[in-house]
Amino acid sequence: MPRNAILEDLRSSIAHVTGDGCRHGVHPFGLDDIDDHLPGNGLATGALHEVLGSLDICDDAAATIFIAGILARMEGPVFWCLRWRDLFTPALDLAGLHPDRLTIVEPGDDKGALIAMEDCLRVAGIAGVVGEVSKLSTTASKRLQLAAEGSGVTAFILRRAAKADALLEGSAAQTRWRVTASPSENLGIPALARPRWSVALERVRGAEPKSWIVEACDAQGRLALPAILVDRPDQQEAWRIAV
Amino acid sequence: MLGRSLGITPSMSVTKARTLVPDLDVLDADEAADAQGLERLALWAGQRYAPFVAVDYPDGLWLDISGCSELFGGEEALVKDLFRRVNGSGLTAQIAVADTAGCAHAVARHVPAGRPVIIVPGDQKKAVGLLPLAALRIPAKVASDLHKMGFTRIEQLIAEPRGPIARRYGHELYRRLDQALGHAPEAMAPIFPPSLPQARRGLLEPIGTADAIAKVIGDLTDDICAALMRDGTGARRLDLHCERVDGQYQSVRIGMASPTRDARHLTKLLVPRIERIDPGLGIETMILIAPIVEPLRSAQTDLTGDTHRGPDLGALIDALANRFGRDRLYGTTPCSSAMPERTVERTMALREGADRRWNAVLPRPGRMIEPPEPVQVIAMMPDHPPAQFVWRGKRRKVVQADGPERLQGEWWRAKGLEADSPYLVRDYFQVEVEGGGRYWLFRLGDGQWSSTGPMAWFIHGAFA
Repeated sequence: MPRNAILEDLRSSIAHVTGDGCRHGVHPFGLDDIDDHLPGNGLATGALHEVLGSLDICDDAAATIFIAGILARMEGPVFWCLRWRDLFTPALDLAGLHPDRLTIVEPGDDKGALIAMEDCLRVAGIAGVVGEVSKLSTTASKRLQLAAEGSGVTAFILRRAAKADALLEGSAAQTRWRVTASPSENLGIPALARPRWSVALERVRGAEPKSWIVEACDAQGRLALPAILVDRPDQQEAWRIAV
Repeated sequence: MLGRSLGITPSMSVTKARTLVPDLDVLDADEAADAQGLERLALWAGQRYAPFVAVDYPDGLWLDISGCSELFGGEEALVKDLFRRVNGSGLTAQIAVADTAGCAHAVARHVPAGRPVIIVPGDQKKAVGLLPLAALRIPAKVASDLHKMGFTRIEQLIAEPRGPIARRYGHELYRRLDQALGHAPEAMAPIFPPSLPQARRGLLEPIGTADAIAKVIGDLTDDICAALMRDGTGARRLDLHCERVDGQYQSVRIGMASPTRDARHLTKLLVPRIERIDPGLGIETMILIAPIVEPLRSAQTDLTGDTHRGPDLGALIDALANRFGRDRLYGTTPCSSAMPERTVERTMALREGADRRWNAVLPRPGRMIEPPEPVQVIAMMPDHPPAQFVWRGKRRKVVQADGPERLQGEWWRAKGLEADSPYLVRDYFQVEVEGGGRYWLFRLGDGQWSSTGPMAWFIHGAFA
């Protein structure tokens, strides 16, 4: 057996054991920069992903729309388990998540939200389930991850009002993202450019953490890279340093 | 009703009534028909309000509404609805809600409130204490004898030592008192609609464990699904009644979003309810009834044997609705209103596509701060966006802004910000602060006419 083939074989059996093998396929962001960095070249479906904002409400809003944009590009119904009542669904529609696909569940507390998520995750054919909680224990994350693996439904935990030390606890989630607002381009006229986010991949199985500056979701939920990074390679370095 | 207005009261003699109204038309009481009517009313109440309804002949109904009020938005709303409907049908009703059947019985008959009375949980002693002894469901002779002895109110009886009075008037008196106060159990037999699909299991040995109850539930759902299959219907609602050894009934009710006769699904919905059943010393009989059924055709499989089924969302919706309450589960759809907080209308979960979407041009925040919170703003009047604002004690410097988007208030509405104040104009600005965060601010007033608003600033949301 050639050496490469043996290595391939070993890699696939390791991936099988650790569950890193993206058993349900991946969902690409459509941005090569991000997709190439993720194992499997995209966000693993049928897995649990954590998304964090910060204590500032505008970062929570950014994280919300980040998730909505991912789900907008998937097919099937979406369940959103709320603990706070400030979600404004027209904004999800603006990111491409059609209101007819969305069902809101209001379980009232963290525990209820996790139970509701698990119920939803057991039904194959749903595009995704989002749960807004502040605390997520390791055990709870394992349960969600297992349920997601079983059905192939993608799960997102949006952690809001989370204390810094609560995040130190281990989690079975496949990835952890932190999405925060970032200064947008100055158009030179009294108007706002497309919003920008700093998207940080803080933890991922099988790859290194990394962060990007991206332009926020368009009406189809697609992210984009700031034009300056794409079109003018000579300016990229200077811009990166400036940011 | 008419009789009362002419001065005729219940238990008046016919001769006396004739002297009041000479051409009075006298009919014999038809007790059997009255009882039938009462049973019909009971079945109606059972379908609409609570799984457990018992008839208290000749003129009363018991409804066990514990755990049923979520559908109506609280006990008070349920009782109001019941009162309105019964009175609307031409009957005169007196309704009381209490912890114990005896207390509710007494209050409904002896408190002439003219509206539903709700006794606060735990207050039955206070409530019953103020009523006359006749309220205790004891023979009239005993009540009048005690009245002659000076007992005008039940609290006097509670205060007296029991022994001597019990010796003279029998233990029945104290049994009734204990029932009213919740110290003694009350046996009530629920009324079951005869023609509905139902399944029954009498048990040789009383059962009490959750596992055993779940097993019987599994058998019952199999039976009832077979019955539903025969009728070509599916259940929209199921009531499970457990008769205990002591004659008490424990009842739970589940609802389904769409008619179903899938035994596995129904079992899954019923089993989490076991924790609401108190088996006491054991359950002897379990009865499963489908009070609301709807036609359901058999699912057809195509020739390949592949049923092309989408995700089984009906079961999920039912599971979530039965766990958290139906009002905690909804979809949203656009609703035309000038004010952004009212452009979202709640609908049933997974309603089929009307394909209505929000205006894709207007920016709307992902997180809404409702009601809007006041902020301190430095801005040039009248047309300029804020230069900086202070919200929740934190100063934010505005780098870039877009706006205004002028919204005219809905002055015709009876509720909301417009009704509280006569101000009609909101100018919305989308602002980006240092660091990139985007907020949604508005100024109440157009900046020109003070009648349109006091020029105060509010924050209404945060963008991505």
